[in-house]
Amino acid sequence: MQSINHSENILELDNISFAYQKELVLKNINLSLHRGDYLGVIGPNGGGKTTLLKIMIGLLKPNEGTVKIFGTDIKNFKEWSKIGYVPQKATNFDVNFPVTVEEVVSMGRYAQRGLLKSLNAHDKQKVRNSLEQVEMVEYKDRQITDLSQGQQQRVFIARSLASEPEVIFLDEPTVGVDIKAQEQFYTLLQKLNKILRLTLVLVSHDIDVVTSEATELACINQELVYHGEPKEFIKKDYLTKLYGKGVKFILHGH
Amino acid sequence: MLEIFRYSFIVRGLEAGIIISLIAPLIGIFLVLRRYSLIADTLSHVSLAGVAIGLLLKINPVITAIIAAVSSSFLIERLRISKRVFGESALAIFLSGSLALAVVIISLAHGFNVNLFNYLFGSIVTVRQIDVYIIVLLGIIVMLSVIGFYKELVYVTFDEETAKVSGIQTKLVNTLLMIMSSLTVALAIPIVGVLLISALMVVPVVTALQFEVSFKKTIFIAELISIFSVILGIITSYYLNLSPGGTVVLVTLVIFTVILLYKRK
Repeated sequence: MQSINHSENILELDNISFAYQKELVLKNINLSLHRGDYLGVIGPNGGGKTTLLKIMIGLLKPNEGTVKIFGTDIKNFKEWSKIGYVPQKATNFDVNFPVTVEEVVSMGRYAQRGLLKSLNAHDKQKVRNSLEQVEMVEYKDRQITDLSQGQQQRVFIARSLASEPEVIFLDEPTVGVDIKAQEQFYTLLQKLNKILRLTLVLVSHDIDVVTSEATELACINQELVYHGEPKEFIKKDYLTKLYGKGVKFILHGH
Repeated sequence: MLEIFRYSFIVRGLEAGIIISLIAPLIGIFLVLRRYSLIADTLSHVSLAGVAIGLLLKINPVITAIIAAVSSSFLIERLRISKRVFGESALAIFLSGSLALAVVIISLAHGFNVNLFNYLFGSIVTVRQIDVYIIVLLGIIVMLSVIGFYKELVYVTFDEETAKVSGIQTKLVNTLLMIMSSLTVALAIPIVGVLLISALMVVPVVTALQFEVSFKKTIFIAELISIFSVILGIITSYYLNLSPGGTVVLVTLVIFTVILLYKRK
């Protein structure tokens, strides 16, 4: 296995500030993501984690500061297939939406195939491979709405894998997913990070899981309160700073 | 039975009707799943204003309806994106505004020679040969566009944000969908009428959704229901001397009810 150049920057946030109307949500955020990182983004509700994620992938434009992705200013970035995205509301679509698992995963190939063309054998193979990665091949002809939330999230991971990305951004992927499925889900993320060598950014409210799973941690509460290794974070009692006193912290053994 | 095909107006009506029945659910499925069903209604009222302008200026009303619908679809989309007005309110403004404009133009002209009733509820007699040509030509353009942009339309409808992150031009796709919707509505008006077109775009799709199959199969089922309803509706309306638009929509509703009851069991 080739070694990963961890010093290579995949994403650089330079002095990012963002406000909805007049309400300041993010202030002077500087953060970089390196190849091979598994970055967990945590913080209190309304602290701006999801907003930051959306800025990272260009869904929101910061009021100040610049975003560089794979060395290019995001305004000029074109190689979107390098980026995978698993949104929070993925499990929130219309309950009647008529689409099969295979059709959903195929969407991951659409942008690369381009306008006016349908998927070819190569695309279909990639779709199948992605389904194998998340162990959902046998569900390929099922309606997405028939699956449990945990299974649906695996399908959305497969969709993001289908474009053969180098980095995947996940926004609260385990909301509404039962405990057992959550564990499988985090095992899958470990596999993507360690075996497929994908860079991951995971936004989550689940502090104990993130601190035990991720290799890097960023705590956002309007400002970047902490950025570094999860171990240091636990040691230095940042939790009280972030959430106030009286928050119990349970270490989660994996 | 075949004697009805001797009447050229029935043949024209069927030709135009079949094209409309093909494109209505093809566009309708995207509107229904994006909860944009009200757009079809709004655009149909805008088209009525277009028809009124056409009749006033003695221009082919199908053409003025198309121009009115397409141009206002851009305005609706801009108003919606600007977020100054809620999506639904933007539609309500256009719906009532264009109806008001239509009524004022009609009263200006002291009623028209042509029976406006035909445009409200649809009539085969209204369809002229030139209309059939326009409907076939633009109908084919709508079909080809949906086929050409099928992937993008499906992705944007299912999950707009992720589609955008994957590199799909979501703005282009949304604009395209609005133009296609306007064309479909404006083309359908002579046959189904202003007040019933949205039913033809929505009911076959909602019926097909009951089967819970893939996206492609859902479109296929909706198309079958739509074509069947239009042909049966037009023929029945001829024999029983009924309004074709109303008959077609009632046929779709009967099918919907039967399938809903069957699937509920």
